[in-house]
Amino acid sequence: MSGPLLQVSNLVVDFDTQDGVVNAVRGIDLCVAKGETVGVVGESGSGKSQIMLAIMGLLDRNGRASGAVRFDGQEILGLPNRRLNTIRGNRSAMIFQEPMTSLDPCYTIGDQVAEPIRFHRGASAAQARARVLDLLAQVGIPDPEEKIESYPHELSGGQRQRVMIAMALANEPDLLIADEPTTALDVTIQAQILELLAELQARYGMAIVFITHDLAVVRHISDRVYVMEAGVVVEEGATKTIFANPTHDYTKMLLAAEPSGVKHPPEPDAQTVIEAAHVDVIFSSRTGLLGFSKTRNVHAVKDISLRLRQGQTLGVVGESGSGKSTLGRALLQLLPSAGEVRYEGRALHGLPERDLRPLRREMQIVFQDPFGSLSPRMTVGEIVTEGLLVHEPRLSRSDRERRADEALLEVALDPSMKRRYPHEFSGGQRQRIAIARAIVLKPRFILLDEPTSALDRSVQVQIVDLLRDLQQTHGLSYLFISHDLSVVRAMADEVMVMKDGALIEQGPTEAIFQAPKTDYTKALIAAAFDLKTAA
Amino acid sequence: MYSYVFRRVFSALPTLFVVITISFFLMRVAPGGPFNLERPLEAKVMENLMRIYNLDKPLWEQYAIYLYNLFQGDLGPSYFFRDFSVAELIAQGLPISVQLGGLALLLALTIGCGLGVIGAIKQNQPADFGVIALATIGITIPNFVVAPVLTLFLAVHFDILPAGGWGDGALANKVLPVLTLALPQVAVIARLTRGSMIEALHSHHIRTARAYGLPGRVVVVRHALRSALLPVVSYMGPAAAALLTGSVVVETIFGIPGIGRYFVQGALNRDYTLVMGTVIVIAVFVVLFNLIVDLLYSLLDPRVRYD
Repeated sequence: MSGPLLQVSNLVVDFDTQDGVVNAVRGIDLCVAKGETVGVVGESGSGKSQIMLAIMGLLDRNGRASGAVRFDGQEILGLPNRRLNTIRGNRSAMIFQEPMTSLDPCYTIGDQVAEPIRFHRGASAAQARARVLDLLAQVGIPDPEEKIESYPHELSGGQRQRVMIAMALANEPDLLIADEPTTALDVTIQAQILELLAELQARYGMAIVFITHDLAVVRHISDRVYVMEAGVVVEEGATKTIFANPTHDYTKMLLAAEPSGVKHPPEPDAQTVIEAAHVDVIFSSRTGLLGFSKTRNVHAVKDISLRLRQGQTLGVVGESGSGKSTLGRALLQLLPSAGEVRYEGRALHGLPERDLRPLRREMQIVFQDPFGSLSPRMTVGEIVTEGLLVHEPRLSRSDRERRADEALLEVALDPSMKRRYPHEFSGGQRQRIAIARAIVLKPRFILLDEPTSALDRSVQVQIVDLLRDLQQTHGLSYLFISHDLSVVRAMADEVMVMKDGALIEQGPTEAIFQAPKTDYTKALIAAAFDLKTAA
Repeated sequence: MYSYVFRRVFSALPTLFVVITISFFLMRVAPGGPFNLERPLEAKVMENLMRIYNLDKPLWEQYAIYLYNLFQGDLGPSYFFRDFSVAELIAQGLPISVQLGGLALLLALTIGCGLGVIGAIKQNQPADFGVIALATIGITIPNFVVAPVLTLFLAVHFDILPAGGWGDGALANKVLPVLTLALPQVAVIARLTRGSMIEALHSHHIRTARAYGLPGRVVVVRHALRSALLPVVSYMGPAAAALLTGSVVVETIFGIPGIGRYFVQGALNRDYTLVMGTVIVIAVFVVLFNLIVDLLYSLLDPRVRYD
């Protein structure tokens, strides 16, 4: 028979929460044919992951699913675990977004990849080991014989995701569900993983359901697309048709949600705000006890010089571990470093914290994680006014409140939200709060450390616009750290490319993007932008 | 690994030294002495006793003599049990306390972890509420209440177990004291296991294990329990040291000749050497079990490495 491999009809997923029932998925139909690749796209909270968890019986305890799910003709929704386990890991497999936490830290990767083989195929330890070695080689893990004994924390993010893929392939499943498998990875690694998946699909002929918020990825790899918004499929069809001719407003919005435009260049005679020469950061970790110690040095930032003028944005790009955040922290004297940093001509190195403090007011930071960087126990009002208490202690309470209101208005938040707590806000709103906390002090320089990386594309666009507007209004200087090249392109006047702590290439933004000089920059740009043009 | 163990044992010596020094001087700060009895001794007798036991010398000299003897493995004579040396008293009592404590420990770990796992798997269901209730009872009822109640029912009313005594280590004599020692530990371990198990069951790698169709028992025991045991293990370090060095209350109520009693009796009698001896035993156990905990940690979680 040649019916669809997976047929989902009128699937509803509800969660019982303290605030009542939340409808995460509101009656969707979805079908996957054998061997095809289906993309499910939507922003965070659209319910796209919950569909797949519901199908596989993996919902949290407070979740309920109803409707019908047929896997190769067999109804599987609501099956007891024992019956589901004949399908899970055997005829279907899943890979997840978090390659670090999705593997058990306590067992070697060899043990973990072998588990599904041993349980579903009853293989002996020796047979399973041989199969694991073969799989690890297929997914491109170097030295499988050696790596089979590694623990997850000893591998890089990309390697961990390859291990997950090896585990998924173990029993040659008919269906692979990939839930944001490349979101946590660098762009170059993302490109490799996507290539690997396509290659393995060609070899094994399995169907892939690819869940992602990243339209470029979907466009690159899928045959058909489902677009989800708030638990409903708003549009579906062949990838080419949808991308060429979206009919639903939400799809159009998603497609348009690429950071665009360019930044106005700063005044040609703008004064220098921050200048750094030959900055070096070395982390040394001491191991051992009682003088039996060995020192291990990691050279995180190597001889970096830069100059940032008023109203200018300097983008710093590079893969994770390239030292870009460390550089930012060293500039603000938040880490011990060698070299020289001058703020408005004044040398910062060696200044005691007491003398640095007044300058800290003018040099602010916005971090990547809008969830972790706001205290969950303080109201928004307290968060925004806290800096004023330190830097302008003589301000009266009403003046402080007025300043906080102004700052919140500037980031397009309603000042009446001041009494609420961070967890009541979305990621984008929280990032606005973090920006308000920085600008309330009227700084001259803001270190933006991946401020848009944890946000949905459509929210990123808004934050990029907001940051550019604030810069224009207040003449701010930004050091913009990001691994996301399209955001950097829309934000920065100049770009520095870093790799392994060293500066690889530097120049005006368009020059770097149009005509990269080094192979590394070329590879970065290819990985980030070719996905979009390849389809 | 071996060099790590060696370094840890080596670095425990200064700790022991500090413990010994502080206890030595604290003991002497307490008013009275080993020979201040209700009916005062004759001055001449007192003088002789003080001289024999070096108690007439300046404090620092007594301290030096104690350290010198200790270095030779001599814990000194007991001032109260005058026919015995402290080493002999400990050699008699410690095996008994270790036996009772060890059995209680095993019982508490097995039942406590089992209950904790059941509570976590059946979270917010009747079985879970049962575990929570049991744990609360176990923690709140003190052992000096549990022991007489157990004795009343099992020894007096049903007459199936002896009410007290050591009986040369007969199994029947161990049941009540072991139960009394284990009950509060069962409660604490069940609570700890339940809490960390609930957290572990929500982790991403458990979702992976389930997504790959592994049987429930493998998911729970192999993948969840292993990481959930970490907080239990770190609690067990000091708890094991405390259990194995005896309990004053339990040993007194059941009339068991362990070393738990010596600590309190020694302190009341100003039996300086006996108190010092038990302090050293307890300190060694604490140091030892903390080392065992750290080694177990690295065994359970490969991310913890000591090189």
